[in-house]
Formats: sequence, C-alpha cells, structure tokens
Amino acid sequence: MLRLIAQRLGLGLLTLLAASVLIFAGTEILPGDLASAVLQNTATPESLAEMRKELGLDRPAAVRYVEWLGNAAVGDFGRSLASHRDVVEEIAPRLRNTLFLASYAALVAVPLAVALGLMAAIWQGGVYDRAVNFVTLLTISVPEYLVGYILIKYLSVHLGWFPSLANVTPDTPLVQRIGLTFLPMLTLVLVVVAHMMRMTRASVLQIMASPYIEMAFLKGLPKWRVVVRHAFPNALAPIINVIALDLAYLIVGVVIVEAVFVYPGLGQLMVDAVSKHDVPVVQACGLIFAGAFILLNLIADMAAILSNPRLRHPR
Amino acid sequence: MVELDYWHQQHAQGRIGRREFLGRAAALGAGAAVIGRMVADVEARAAETPRSGGTLRLGLAGGSTTDSLDPGTYTDSVMIDAGHALFNGLVEWRADGKPHPEIAESWEVKPGAAEWIFNIRKGVTFSNGKTLDADDVVYSLNMHRGKTKSGAAGPFKAVSDVKKLSPNQVQVTLASGDADFAYVLTDYHVLMVPDGFADWSKPVGSGGYILEKFDPGVRITAKRNPNYWKQGRAHVDAVDITVINDSSARLNALMTGQVDAINRVDPKFVRTVQKNPKFEIVRAPGGWHAVISMMHDRPPFDNHELRLALKYGIDREQVIRALFSGLATAGNDHPIPKTDPYWNSELPQIRYDADKAKFHMKKSGLTNPPLVLQCSDAAFSGAVQMAELFQQSAGKAGIRVQIKKEPADGFWDNVWLKGPFVTSYWGGRAAATQMLAVAYGPDAPWNESHFKNPRFTELLAAARAETDEAKRKPMIWEMQAILHDDGATIVPVFRDWLDGHNKNVGGHTPHGGFDMDNGYIAENAWLKS
Repeated sequence: MLRLIAQRLGLGLLTLLAASVLIFAGTEILPGDLASAVLQNTATPESLAEMRKELGLDRPAAVRYVEWLGNAAVGDFGRSLASHRDVVEEIAPRLRNTLFLASYAALVAVPLAVALGLMAAIWQGGVYDRAVNFVTLLTISVPEYLVGYILIKYLSVHLGWFPSLANVTPDTPLVQRIGLTFLPMLTLVLVVVAHMMRMTRASVLQIMASPYIEMAFLKGLPKWRVVVRHAFPNALAPIINVIALDLAYLIVGVVIVEAVFVYPGLGQLMVDAVSKHDVPVVQACGLIFAGAFILLNLIADMAAILSNPRLRHPR
Repeated sequence: MVELDYWHQQHAQGRIGRREFLGRAAALGAGAAVIGRMVADVEARAAETPRSGGTLRLGLAGGSTTDSLDPGTYTDSVMIDAGHALFNGLVEWRADGKPHPEIAESWEVKPGAAEWIFNIRKGVTFSNGKTLDADDVVYSLNMHRGKTKSGAAGPFKAVSDVKKLSPNQVQVTLASGDADFAYVLTDYHVLMVPDGFADWSKPVGSGGYILEKFDPGVRITAKRNPNYWKQGRAHVDAVDITVINDSSARLNALMTGQVDAINRVDPKFVRTVQKNPKFEIVRAPGGWHAVISMMHDRPPFDNHELRLALKYGIDREQVIRALFSGLATAGNDHPIPKTDPYWNSELPQIRYDADKAKFHMKKSGLTNPPLVLQCSDAAFSGAVQMAELFQQSAGKAGIRVQIKKEPADGFWDNVWLKGPFVTSYWGGRAAATQMLAVAYGPDAPWNESHFKNPRFTELLAAARAETDEAKRKPMIWEMQAILHDDGATIVPVFRDWLDGHNKNVGGHTPHGGFDMDNGYIAENAWLKS
C-alpha cells in the first residue's frame, strides 16, 4: 500500500510541474502587459518604457520561467509587479480567508449533504426524497450570484439578520467572522450540497441492490440500520471523490461569491492581478489553486484506498 | 425638468447665485412652489453646521489589489479619495469650479503666463512632525517630471523648471505660457510629501487624516490628524474605506447601513434610492465624457462630409436613455461640459437626423466605405452597447457601421491610439484649455483623433498664454466651434457623477470634477449624529 501512496504522490508532483508550465505560458500569451494595464490611458511612451525596464519585462520568457520555478520551489514567489510587496505576504491573508470560508462551508455542507443523501436513500421514492431532490436541484441550477443576491435581499435587506458585506480584516475575532461570513457560507452550501447529496443517495442505492443487503434484510434488520451500517461504508469511495471535487471548488471557484459579498479572498486577488497583468501574483495564485486541486484529489484517492478493505489488506 | 435640476445643482454648488437661479428657473416655466423648495433646500444645506466625530464609512468602486499609495500611480476613486485624505495639494479645485489656495497660500503669474510664483503656507506640519517648506514642494512637483511613471507626467511636460526662491516661495517656469496652470496643479496626482520621501508603505503627509491600515483593493482606514492646519475641515474621527467594485454589492451595503456613502450608483437604481426617505443621491453633471474617435488624417475619416454624416448618425438622446437612464447630458462633439465657465452656449446642439446624415454621406462621394468601429467595455462600461446603438441609428440613415468587439485586456495598449475608429472616454479636466490641449493639442501624445487644424493650434497657444478673461473667452469658444464642425471626435454624452449616502451624512457636495466631491469627501463630509 505504501508503494501505491508513493506512486500517487509522485504523479501529483508531476501534474503540478505540468500545471506550472501551463500557468507560466498562459500568463505570457496574455495581450498587453502590466505597464500598459497599470497606466491605462495616462501612459506616455516614456513612462511605459521606464516601467517595463524597472519590472524586467524586457528579458526572454524561458529565462524567467526557470528562475521563477527555482524560486517558487523554495517558497519565494517574488514581488508583486504592481505594489512591490512580497507576493507571499500579499497572498497569505487572502489564502487564509479563502481557506476559512471553504472550511466553514465544508463543515456545514458535507455532514448536511451526507445526512440528506442517506435519508433520501432510506425513504427512496417517498415525498421527502422527491422534495429534497427538487430543492437541491433548484439551488444548484440557479447561478450562484443570484443565490447570493436573493439571500441578501431577504436575510439582509428585509430582515436585517445578517450583514451583506463580508469585509473581514485579519484582526476580526472568530465569532464576528462567523457572523460576517454567514451569507457567503450559506450561498456556497446551497451551491455544493446538491452534488454531494445526490451522489450519496445514488451510490448507497446502488449498493442496496447487492445480495448481501438482501441478506441483511432477511436477518430482520431495520432499513436505516442496513443503509447506515451495511451499505454506506461500501458506498464511500465515490462519495469521497465527489466531496474532494466540491472542496476544491470551494477553494478555487468562489470568485463570484467573493465579489457579491465583497469578501477579500484569493479569487478576487487573482482576478485583479490578471486584469493588471501582475504576473507573479497570477502565477502564485495559479500554482496554489493547482496545488489545492491535486492535493485534495490525492487525499480522496488515499481515503478511497483506506475505505476499501481489499486495497487496505492486499493479498 | 432635467434643465431645472441642472440649475438647482449649479446653485447648490455655488456656481450661480440665488438671484440667477430664480431667473433661470422662472424662464424654464417652473412653478413657484418648486422653485421655492429648491432654494430652501440649498439654503438649508448652507445653514448646516458641520459636526465633529464619528467614523465615516465609505463603500467605493475603483480600487484594486495593485493600488499603491504613491500619488503618481493613482487612477481611480479609492486611491484618489484616500490621497486627498492623507495629503494636501498645492491648489484645490472646489465645487464652484475655481482654484482655491491649499498648500500654496497665494500665487502670482507673470505676463505671458510662463512664470508662476507660489507662496507656500507657513505653519503646516507633516504627520512625522516636519514643517512643510519650499524644498518639499519642489521635490513633490519634480516627482512628475523627467523619467517618471507618474500619471501627471503628460501635463507636467510643459514645466521646464521648478526652483526654490526662498523657504516659502517656489517658482515654476513653463516652456510656453499657460494661464490655467493653477488648474493643472489641482490634478489628483500632485500631492505634497516631504523632500526625498519614497517609502509609500508608510506615507507621510500633511492631510486631515493619518493612515492606520492599508490593504490594497480591500480596505483603507485612517484617523483624524489632531494637528491639521485647515480650519473647519476633516470633521470625522476616522475614515473607513471598503473597496466594493460590484455595483449591486455597493448599493446593498448602503441600503443595509453597512456604509454611509457610496460612489457610482447605477443610473438604473437612482429612482429606487430616491424613493427611500433614508437615502439621498448626490448628482453632479461633470466633465467625464464618452467618445467615438475617428482619425482625422486617415481615409475614409479624412473626408469632412463623412465625419458630419456620422455625427448626425448617432442618436444621443437614445444613448442617454439606454445607458444612463437619462442622467447625462448630450455632447456637442467638443470636450467642454456645460458646467465649464468657458462652455460655448451659442453653438447649436447637434441632434440625430437621418436625412442630414444621408445628405452628407451622399455629398462625401463615398459608397460603402469600411467603417469598422473597434469597441470594448474597457473604454467604459457600456461602450459596446453605445456602439450597437450607433450601428442601429446610423443604419437607419443607410450608413453601414461594423462593430468589432476588442478584448478588454490590452485595449489601451493595442487598440486605443492605434485604431482609426474606436470608442474611448475622457475624464474631465479642471480647465477648458487643459482639456482641449490634452486631447486635441497638435503635439499631444493622446491626440487620439490625430486632430490638426492650423486655426485651432494658433488659438490654443494664444488662449493658453492669455491672462485677460475678456480676450480668452472668444478664443475658447471658437475652438469648440472648430471641433464641433471639423473635429473627428464624436462626443455623444457627458455623464453625471452619481453618489449616494444615507441622510446622516452632511457636507457631501456635488462636484463636476470626479465622484465623491472630487475625492475631497473625507475632508468635507461630516456625520449628523
């Protein structure tokens, strides 16, 4: 099993390397450059040339890639071209915010989705099953910004229960932070819950067709016990995979939700950086996002291996 | 009614007196009750006494993670507002449209307008305790000269020398006369810092507030400078700017009470906000204008008749309705807004006229010339829609305009100043001559329409060097007329600045220069409770 894990890790690193090439190439082929993006229509040819020289944009791309990768490997992502601040310093508080919101949403969404899915499997075909399927399908089909605006309209503007601005700062205390980020969290939960819930239901129901489940029923066990004790553990692998994908989405795909709630996360930083051609920041964000995706999938693979006794104890 | 609103604003900003307002309003046929209410409104505002204290929370569009506190890099509201809170300029451009003393206590201009002497105010200290003197002013002005990436580098090209005459006197010499140079100094990039200062992460200024935290593109907080030299300014204890670029999120933040004031209210929602008694819209007609620019020297746009055909071919009123919900003013194909004292009031307003467009098209002798309009919302939000409306209205006159949507990315680099037929915009300038010179001057690097007209060139130089108001006015009027007839730029609309605040905010004045009282909001506004 160790060999299997080492193999996965190696493949993960290789994928990351390939992603780094893509990210670097992607930032190279963007039209325009940082100097013109920052100066907009206040640029003169002299101020443009001055800025490009200062930023080192006049050197060949291959040289800059090798230099960048070498530095990134030791955790140095250089300085932001626009603000001259250390990229790591610039990204760290944003990454913390993103991870906070993702964990907050995951802590609510994962247990909720699994519980809803199991209940749907137990009462398959009943009113509850249909209702929960319909509602979650609705929330996943409505674009997330609209979900956000609807929540703001009712929970913030009309009822005044939660703030519409999630403008947290690094010194916001945890309790206040949980309140400020409640609406963005709820939006994300509504968006991801359907996916995980439906996968839980489907994979449990698939297992429910196996002969050993029939055996369990014949023993006289109640349905909930069969579902939770006998079917669910064997249905875990696909559920874990979907959860991993959704967690990755919560980290890398929430830029619209960030914009609606003015939440200072990593996505907003990356969009700003792209529009201003702040290449070091874009590259660092890209690498972090790629890393998050690869890491979560790796964890999902390993968890699937661990949940499968045949893989856990190979003969 | 729009016209009446306009004069009401002018009255509120102190640009016209009460007597003139009454005359104008009556001439428009407004009822006595309406006029009376408007006068009472202005007088009630003037009678309000500022109150000190509280935290002014602003939700502003126009901020980015790449923002820096270096004044030379400012391009948008968030940094402009923060800059005016932390630093002082030499000269302040107030809502009445005139330059007022700030760090420069007074100034003197030599005949020919090429030599300017500024008397520097005594007793101003920076936030680090240093007293401000002529050396600081010379250094601060020189930041925009020579090899620099400052946004004020263009207007400062005309400066040939800056020198200290005494600890409280600075002389600025210009390569050629500019009677409006004091207006150039009201540029938001031109802010005073101590001699040799360069560490922008810890700014030292003489402004009404001292920086507490700066998180670019997210939040800026500052507290009141207890030793501020200006009397009756900087009323609140602290300013808290949250960057909210999303227009709906900004309005939500205002409506839910999380911020006190916002900029750039979406014109579509202005009526909604006005209906709510807790909020108020601050509307300021100003110099910002949309532009469709042709190149004067490039075929087919070198054809005068074709240019006229296109000018008659755009339905300005429709653009105003569709893009700005009526909260804008039709342009007359020159860059001087109605709010400018030098606005030519006798020039006939050009209107959409399919027959005239057809007539001039025929007269041009061209059949189906290639008219490819390169547009992008990078120019301004709505530029593509404007291009589409233009395509339709010109189409009705039988003129075929093709639209080419350009990527927003790199628009200013790859399309603007390069394409012969593009959408663009101009922020207003404080002085009419400055606006005319920057966009239409014969040697101006940003002369996007390649406009060259010997009479215009001659008038521009003469008007800039002329200090006699009576002689300048006809020159500036004639330049507007030349652009209106011969220019290669279509100026469909001047947009109004639309800020919003809850009624607890006082002293939030409409200013034609830029949103949020031309960036002076932190200095001028107060909280009533």
